[in-house]
Amino acid sequence: MRVATPRISLEIQRYRPEQEQEPILQAYEVEYHEDWVVLDAINHIKDHMDGSLSYRWSCRMGVCGSCGMMINGEPKLSCATFLRDYYPASIRVEPLANFPIERDLVIVLDDFMEKLTKVKPWILRDQEKPLSEGEYRQTPAELARYNQFTLCINCMLCYSACPVYALDPHFIGPAAIALAHRYNLDSRDQGGKWRQQVLSSEEGIWACTYVGTCSVVCPAHVDPAGAIQQAKLTTTLDWFRDVLLPWSGR
Amino acid sequence: MTPFQRPVSAIWWLKKRAYFFFILRELTSVFIAMYLVLLLLLLQRLSAGPGPYAAYLRFLATPGMFAFHAVALAAALYHTLTSMSFLPNIIVVRFGEFRLPAIAYAVGSYSGWIVISVLIFWIVVLR
Repeated sequence: MRVATPRISLEIQRYRPEQEQEPILQAYEVEYHEDWVVLDAINHIKDHMDGSLSYRWSCRMGVCGSCGMMINGEPKLSCATFLRDYYPASIRVEPLANFPIERDLVIVLDDFMEKLTKVKPWILRDQEKPLSEGEYRQTPAELARYNQFTLCINCMLCYSACPVYALDPHFIGPAAIALAHRYNLDSRDQGGKWRQQVLSSEEGIWACTYVGTCSVVCPAHVDPAGAIQQAKLTTTLDWFRDVLLPWSGR
Repeated sequence: MTPFQRPVSAIWWLKKRAYFFFILRELTSVFIAMYLVLLLLLLQRLSAGPGPYAAYLRFLATPGMFAFHAVALAAALYHTLTSMSFLPNIIVVRFGEFRLPAIAYAVGSYSGWIVISVLIFWIVVLR
């Protein structure tokens, strides 16, 4: 006698602007496999049950940062969230919180892209040295200062977990600030003074109240909340240095 | 097509345990501020003479004030303990590639706290 394959129910938020005024939940029942992640189940639905379902994904291995979704209300990478952690209960899948919804599970990420470029997350030099002088060399200790913050995959789970961003969409936000801090800590970089204008603005580091949930949900263990507090400390010390030792020529 | 903007609930801070404890931590500051006001009033009453000072001490000994101080102490402890737990992520101490582990911060801050408390106890009570 053939044993029936167990099944699991997924409630997926749908938003098709041409037919719905606001998002609704649609239930799908799929086969349950212990080694399936939520993204596998969604791909199965897309391929075999409902081709109209829209969502983003790419690498399926926690590297590209495309498949972030709210899974039972928590921001997670759907490629790294196993069905077995929820089975036999049903799973609710919604688009990342705090972002406008384009369609179904697809969010509008223009705001994040704009903020990311605002902090200039690349090496800035006052003047590039000629190629003949070789590369900018770094010691392992200099690399260790910022290495943790290079691990950001721009998945935006941190924005989704941040109540400050939810309440004040102008807030530059965790990932962008963590990346700015990453380049400020880089011994090859000289762009701190440019980034400081953004980081010290009203929408920058001081808007963060250190809720800390951005670091909890970060799949790459970047600790953006720590980066923001470290940037606050650096900014404060720089301010005191400028006031108390104006001749130091920082 | 217009993207759908989800509204933020007024009770967002009740929806997640972490948000609730964050708001609770913010609220501890209110009790600490109220305690400081009582402390400033104590100094003001002290400067006003023995009579007003004794009256103020009687006021502080009322059950309501006792309950308030118990709550303010709990609030101060919660704020202090959480602040100490944040330290390793905020003040990064490095020796070359080695980063000082969180346990070192805990040992340092708790030891400092105990030493200062014992010192204050000695000055205020034992001396």
